[in-house]
Amino acid sequence: MNDLRVSSPNVKKVLAVASGGGHWVQLLRLREAFVDTQCTYLSVDPEYESAVSPCVFYAVPEANRETKFNLIIAALKILFVVLKIRPDVVITTGAAHGYLAIRFAKIVGAKTMFIDSIANAEKLSLSGELAVSHADVMLTQWQALSVEDSIEYRGSVL
Amino acid sequence: MIFVTVGTQLPFDRLIRSMDQWAHESNHDVFAQSGNGVYKPMNIDSMKFLGVKEFDRRVSQADLLVSHAGIGSIITAMEMSKPIVVMPRLARFGEHRNDHQLATVSKLKELNNVFVAESEHDLGNAIREALDHTKTELNTAPTARAALVTSISDFISSDKVRLASDR
Repeated sequence: MNDLRVSSPNVKKVLAVASGGGHWVQLLRLREAFVDTQCTYLSVDPEYESAVSPCVFYAVPEANRETKFNLIIAALKILFVVLKIRPDVVITTGAAHGYLAIRFAKIVGAKTMFIDSIANAEKLSLSGELAVSHADVMLTQWQALSVEDSIEYRGSVL
Repeated sequence: MIFVTVGTQLPFDRLIRSMDQWAHESNHDVFAQSGNGVYKPMNIDSMKFLGVKEFDRRVSQADLLVSHAGIGSIITAMEMSKPIVVMPRLARFGEHRNDHQLATVSKLKELNNVFVAESEHDLGNAIREALDHTKTELNTAPTARAALVTSISDFISSDKVRLASDR
């Protein structure tokens, strides 16, 4: 087993998910939120692992809606990780990988938070739009994009 | 050294070509992570992609970053206290799926290490301005980040599926 930490019922299992590039950089800006959890990260580049060590890290293929084959492989791997980890909470900074993760999270009864990228300053991203009706909590990083009762602003990664 | 990056996802030959020409005219030492473009720069060293460690090493050695207006590059510059010139990708040139990088620059130019080149035509001016930029305290938003981290922590530890009201 890869986990030397003592599991207690109060320590939440968190799966933190991001696509590559800016999505991953934004997730790393939030990692303080995961320090007291049993946290697993999932993204697209095996080299990213060093940034989150000693947390468990999974790499799946880079994918977006234009790379259908990669998207299917990524989806299957994300599903596998969700079923294996059985997280209590799934948190994502997008994009396609995060959307898939919060959909699969419901299979294991995890609650979910989707944080739309700060790059989307004038309207939600496509994956964000898709996630609105599925994420338990949907956050934008721009106050102007918040919508009563569905899309909240609670700060930003800057 | 000036470090140029087009990010990891899409080519951005308009930026690489412009920086190649600029380096030729200005005699600056420029290195580019040039991505999957077709344009082959002649006056600057480049690699299509760099590993994470090599990327970080190049950034830490650079006097200035020149980049597409990607949030990863902007945050990396911020974290390493480097000035950055950003040029937005435009959908009409097939450089991205939409024009959200225009919105990104219109908001994030408020950061005092971020300099915007609307197009290749004002790249030179933006670089000059950024190189002249004397380093001041970064005007980031630590309270906004702390608030977001707290909201996530609260969400994780709470047994509820909603965030508590912030009012």
